[in-house]
Amino acid sequence: MMRDQSLLRIPGASVIAALALVFLYLPIVTLVALSFNASDLTTIWTGFSVRWYAAVLDNGDMLRAAKNSLITASIATVLATAAATAATLGVARTRSAYRGVVEGLLGLPLLVPEIVTAVALLLLFVLVGAPLGLLSVILAHTVFCIPFAYYPIRSRLAGLDPALIEAASDLYASAWQRFLRIELPLLGPGILAGALLAFISSLGDFVITYFVAGPGATTLPVYIFGMIRIGVTPEVNALSAILLLTSIAVIGVAFLLGRRPASQHKGG
Amino acid sequence: MNELRPRDIALTAPAALFLVAFMVAPLLLMVYVSTLERAPFGGVLWGSHTAVAYEKLLLERDLLGALSFNSDYIAIFARSFRLAAITTALTLAIGLPTALYMTTLSPRRAAIILFLVTVPFWTNLLVRNFAWILILRNGGQLDSLLLWLGITSQPLDILYTPWATGIGLTYSFLPFMILPVYVALERIDRRLIEAAFDLGADRLRVLTRVVLPLAMPGIVAGAVLVFVPCLGAYVSPELLGGGKSLMIGNLVQAQFGASRNWPFGAALALVLVLILLLSLALLALVRRRAERLS
Repeated sequence: MMRDQSLLRIPGASVIAALALVFLYLPIVTLVALSFNASDLTTIWTGFSVRWYAAVLDNGDMLRAAKNSLITASIATVLATAAATAATLGVARTRSAYRGVVEGLLGLPLLVPEIVTAVALLLLFVLVGAPLGLLSVILAHTVFCIPFAYYPIRSRLAGLDPALIEAASDLYASAWQRFLRIELPLLGPGILAGALLAFISSLGDFVITYFVAGPGATTLPVYIFGMIRIGVTPEVNALSAILLLTSIAVIGVAFLLGRRPASQHKGG
Repeated sequence: MNELRPRDIALTAPAALFLVAFMVAPLLLMVYVSTLERAPFGGVLWGSHTAVAYEKLLLERDLLGALSFNSDYIAIFARSFRLAAITTALTLAIGLPTALYMTTLSPRRAAIILFLVTVPFWTNLLVRNFAWILILRNGGQLDSLLLWLGITSQPLDILYTPWATGIGLTYSFLPFMILPVYVALERIDRRLIEAAFDLGADRLRVLTRVVLPLAMPGIVAGAVLVFVPCLGAYVSPELLGGGKSLMIGNLVQAQFGASRNWPFGAALALVLVLILLLSLALLALVRRRAERLS
């Protein structure tokens, strides 16, 4: 059936859609533009300059926070992606109630308001006597990274022909061979997309980190929050712009990976 | 193949156990802590139970122990509900026409808009809210623009008001409304819409009697996805709202910071969870009705 594009057309909808996109991108564009402002004053434009980017790269506290952010995001991404990949393969062949329970558990961090997760994790770490530091931050990030990694991998698996995996078993591949030679390459783009989404979610998190970080494990968003509290400086603009552009680049790659059709591997 | 094999359980175990240990257990612990007595200098007295944390929502105890009604926290709850409701309405007012427009595009163009709507969601929430400080503050981008256009002659003074919080929240959660509404609209069987037109319904009637009822699960899903996190929002009211428009999220955070009242903080967080559960029940109800409809 031809899809009639005009059925749902209502007057003015295109104008609102355009305004919605402007609304969504206005702060991002403003921030990036102001980060290149030469002036000491944060609002008055005096000319193009990268001096605030140089100042950011020269700031020891900021670099330590960046290091904490990267360490946390890397470890949480690896842990979450490995757990999510295994879980995807585990639920792939079953439609039982067990699958519903597992998927419900994995989706929980996306459902529960961030501030609630933050409070609950803080209380857990205090109860078991774990010091608040990089370890507590990494564990907390792994929790909410698991669903972000899981969904792209699962949707990749859903698009695959199950016969490929069955054929491997029929041809006497061991479980491990089947994983390394068949499942991993086929799921590859989904796993990578999931890992990237987990990575930027970790990199961007503020509320949960703010609760469980303790003084020694300041990440970039927590550091930026502290700077904003003290007062808005052009350096915050530059640092914020770096974070924004990094996330946009990563999400762009994840999006392209997610769009690669599963079928193009079928001949191989 | 529907049977559950030991290997499948072993594969799901790491993720499932991790979430039990670091999500389910902490939530249960939070419920437990909300029933405990607070320790004088922060923390709690383990094993010493009291309902003070819940009593505190409505009542306050003076130095002599007499209880009296206290509307301070009720006021913060009322403000949070009001802001969350306004935000949900605004995101729907912007999101529904946007999603409708997206369904009239070619799949390729719709995918591009979909991508553009998703990108802000993945970027740092704190940083994006911070950007609104630059735009809204006195002498900021908005003031400069309005002054230049000759619409105003003095600063709007909008930053650090509930207005700024509302803008920040609407901005933060708009993608959460557009995406589920768009998915629901896409799923509608176009033949139903054609049939309505063939039977002589005009555009408005088709929209209100056919399209919106069929899209209702998506609209309610979007409303839940906006309303629930809005109610517990911390970043937007903290950065944009200033001291006079605190929301529940800020109140929760304060209990673990300056106020040092963990049981009260846990009780407040539990209220947010209960509201989440109620919203999900509502969503399930609407879904079931919509299934019967189509």
